[in-house]
Amino acid sequence: MSERLYKVRLKVNGKDVEAEVPSRQTLVDFLRDTLRLTGTHVGCEHGICGACSILLDNEPVRSCLMYAVQAEGCSVTTIEGLSNPDGTPGVLQDAFCEMHALQCGYCTPAMIVASHALLESNPAPSEAEIRDAIGGNLCRCTGYKQIVQAVQLAAENIAKGAK
Amino acid sequence: MSSAPEPAAFRYIGKQRRTKEDPRFVTGRGRYVADIALPGMKHVALVTSPHASARIKAIRTEAALAMEGVHYVLTGEELCANVDPLLVGVDTPKVVRYPLAHGVVRYAGEWIVAVVADSRALAEDAAEKVEIDYEPTPYVLDPEQALLPDAVLVHPDHGSNVLYRRTFTWGPVAEDFAHSQHQLSFRVHWGRSATVPIETFGVAAQWHPGTQLLDIWASIQMPKFPDQTARALRLPGNAVRVHFDVDVGGSYGVKRGIKHTVLVGYLAKRLGMPVRFIEDRLENMRGGDMHGPDRIFDMTAAFDGDGTIRSLKIRALDDVGAYAGRSPLQLGKPVGAIVGPYRINSVEYEPISVLTNKTAQEAVRGFGQAPTNYAIETAIDRIARHLGMDRIELRRKNFIAKDQFPYLIPSGSTYDSGDFEAVLDKALDAAKFDDLVAARDAAREAGRLAGIGIATCLEPSGGNSAFEPLFNPKNETTTWMDSCLVRVDLSGAITGVMNTSTSGQGHETLVSTVLGEVLERDPDSIRVVHADSLNALPSNSPVGSRMAIMLGGAAAGAAKKIKAALMAIAAHNLGVPEAALEYRDGNISVGDDASKSLSWDQLVEIAHRKFHKLPPGLEPGLQAKFVWEVPTGGGLPTADGRIQMYPCYSFEAHIVLVEIDPLTAQPKILDYVCGHDCGTMINPAIVHGMTYGGIAHGIGAALYEKFAFSDNGQLASQTFMDYLMPSAMEVPGIEIVDHCTRSPLTEFGQKGSGEAGYLGAPAAIASAINDALAALGKSVDELPMTPLAIWTTLQGESSK
Ligand code: FES
Ligand code: FES
Repeated sequence: MSERLYKVRLKVNGKDVEAEVPSRQTLVDFLRDTLRLTGTHVGCEHGICGACSILLDNEPVRSCLMYAVQAEGCSVTTIEGLSNPDGTPGVLQDAFCEMHALQCGYCTPAMIVASHALLESNPAPSEAEIRDAIGGNLCRCTGYKQIVQAVQLAAENIAKGAK
Repeated sequence: MSSAPEPAAFRYIGKQRRTKEDPRFVTGRGRYVADIALPGMKHVALVTSPHASARIKAIRTEAALAMEGVHYVLTGEELCANVDPLLVGVDTPKVVRYPLAHGVVRYAGEWIVAVVADSRALAEDAAEKVEIDYEPTPYVLDPEQALLPDAVLVHPDHGSNVLYRRTFTWGPVAEDFAHSQHQLSFRVHWGRSATVPIETFGVAAQWHPGTQLLDIWASIQMPKFPDQTARALRLPGNAVRVHFDVDVGGSYGVKRGIKHTVLVGYLAKRLGMPVRFIEDRLENMRGGDMHGPDRIFDMTAAFDGDGTIRSLKIRALDDVGAYAGRSPLQLGKPVGAIVGPYRINSVEYEPISVLTNKTAQEAVRGFGQAPTNYAIETAIDRIARHLGMDRIELRRKNFIAKDQFPYLIPSGSTYDSGDFEAVLDKALDAAKFDDLVAARDAAREAGRLAGIGIATCLEPSGGNSAFEPLFNPKNETTTWMDSCLVRVDLSGAITGVMNTSTSGQGHETLVSTVLGEVLERDPDSIRVVHADSLNALPSNSPVGSRMAIMLGGAAAGAAKKIKAALMAIAAHNLGVPEAALEYRDGNISVGDDASKSLSWDQLVEIAHRKFHKLPPGLEPGLQAKFVWEVPTGGGLPTADGRIQMYPCYSFEAHIVLVEIDPLTAQPKILDYVCGHDCGTMINPAIVHGMTYGGIAHGIGAALYEKFAFSDNGQLASQTFMDYLMPSAMEVPGIEIVDHCTRSPLTEFGQKGSGEAGYLGAPAAIASAINDALAALGKSVDELPMTPLAIWTTLQGESSK
């Protein structure tokens, strides 16, 4: 029995996407397997590790906890959409490099997504606010310190006019 | 002392420089195993055991096989007939382990059937259609009970549940005990946790019938992985090609997916289709065979009234679960630092590795050293308390002094170098220790529970495999080399080739920094690639905090050969002896005479194109390899089990202030300082990052993380909702203070740091909790020290 497919239309990183998906396909599988946007990762598939975080209409959400069909009409931004248009690292990504806010890189795209959402709403966050914003994203490599420092650096650079 | 130059004398080493790897990860361009999509690739899901122990009476696969999109259903019966058992680290030929169970299951979660389908979702659907009849059988979960003569046997053919047991006596233990004024005994338990990377294990395989070659992409950090895969699959070594350029999403020891790989490799070959298996979190937690040490220590210390510790007796009972790979050897590695940083004259050590009906154990960061450090540091705190002596003074009194290195410990290892007092002093200063004490005492006076933890621990580094012959006389492995190949191409660009995969340690940065340092070329211009296993020089993978030493040393060795070739070319063409030449930035001149010089580009051109200008006997082209053995390695153990374990000893001093909420018993870390000495740091940001991460991991092991089993052998912590890993809310803003005691054994004075932080953090946090509880005459003697454990202790009677 082949699975019934449903049409879904959404915007991904600014581009219109239309696809036929099984009703049970998660958004993260759709992004990774169908659109081949493999920067979004899977760590638990039960909503705890945060590795699958993306922006859904500018809010960070866990794409393992959503079906692709639920994104109908939404705008999705993944890590691939946070680089500069020429593909070079954006301010936050650059700050992650500067502070070495990562090791294996597995949690990193989602950390950047969560931090990006924070800086959009709060351009000058305190350390506690940064920790709170990334508190739903597990990193096993870094102990979080350099991540906090990277977000602080990015905030400073943005305040100085970096884009 | 080391002849290595001071860090300030380096051009690139020790400098704050960006890493080579980070840009691809921050833009989402890492390439992990789950990102490998092969045309026509099929997916695997597993049927696993619901019982801790059972006989498999029947397996019915027809309904699953009949489903559309399902290609194969593999049982243990077929697999075990066609592959060889996986290697075990100790001499226990009857403890046989295959990727799938055959006939019996020995733990809940053990893999029984693998289903291959067009998608993972279909494979999962089909797995649910597989029917298995079981006859549950008795099981044993408690490691002490597993030792009893009438215990249920996990592997009856083996005749007991003991995989390894020996009593080592190093030095005059009986005399030292007889002559000591005091003795003290206690038991502590290091609970079952692991490294639990955010990426689970995954592997993809493709068989090429035309060339009889099996390609493997895996999330792997494992010595001898290609060799073990080939052996189990009954293939020659050169029929397996492992692609080490796959980014590994964290490992810290556990990514040893040999059973996964043999399973998937077999399927790919059998079906003639590319096959991939990515563990889901449940498969990973229950059946991924990646639990860490689960160890009960019975400790007895003999010491004098002035605090001199003379001798230790250590019995370490480690519950490895239902099967063994290298796990029993995790009791062997701590032999190389069995007295910690202390001058302890003699040691009796009884390691016991025991089987139970639980998920199997795998290598975890430090390979057994973190639990041992926890036991040793607990002993130090208890001795101090017993004598009414200051914990810091007691440590100072027993520290090996800076001028006593190289220092031979009773179990046969020589510590290369260290300055423990200086590192501890720096940590105490940075922590403003007096203020910390005042803060703790003020909290206590205000009716709160507060404690200060101290731990001073060693991090043996430069991993070799000396515990293999120690624990298994039939295994004479004394070689544990690593290598690097360096090429300078016709354009003058440099490429370093490394021979293993990386799971976050920044090896590309390491190699490019070292090559840049020796050749005086900009590391940013140097490319570093990971050879596949058929192109690779020998490597033993990044285990045992070894790559700064071993890969760094190999890169330096190869670069020096390149430099020597350039010097020979210049001498030949400038007509002067090499001694008259100066090498600067890759250009070579006779003193400062610009008219008598050859630039890097000219030298490279001669090497590649102008044979007529090449000195006789020099190999054309410009490439060099360097393969070397772990320094000080190569020896077999003595009859009484003394052996040189790892060569270099890093050191960490942790100071931590913890407050415990009296109502919820929830501990909160208020202050954390770690003094750290790993010799010369090649890239400080990488070293610091690994140390912060190691401490965070240690906080998890000390307070939160536990693979708990129910009384009927079910894993109770199967998800991240019950296996609790610390987030940015639990891990405090840690401060690291660096110290540098250069190793005399390495090129730049570097030591290892991959296990930094984790080797001392659990001991330090336990020390803090028990400092808080000691005020009430109580203690918690098991990790993790969960709020429930602390709360229960608070409610209980005083232990003193
Ligand atoms: S994969 Fe979505 S939260 Fe872990
Ligand atoms: S960088 Fe490895 S999990 Fe965060």
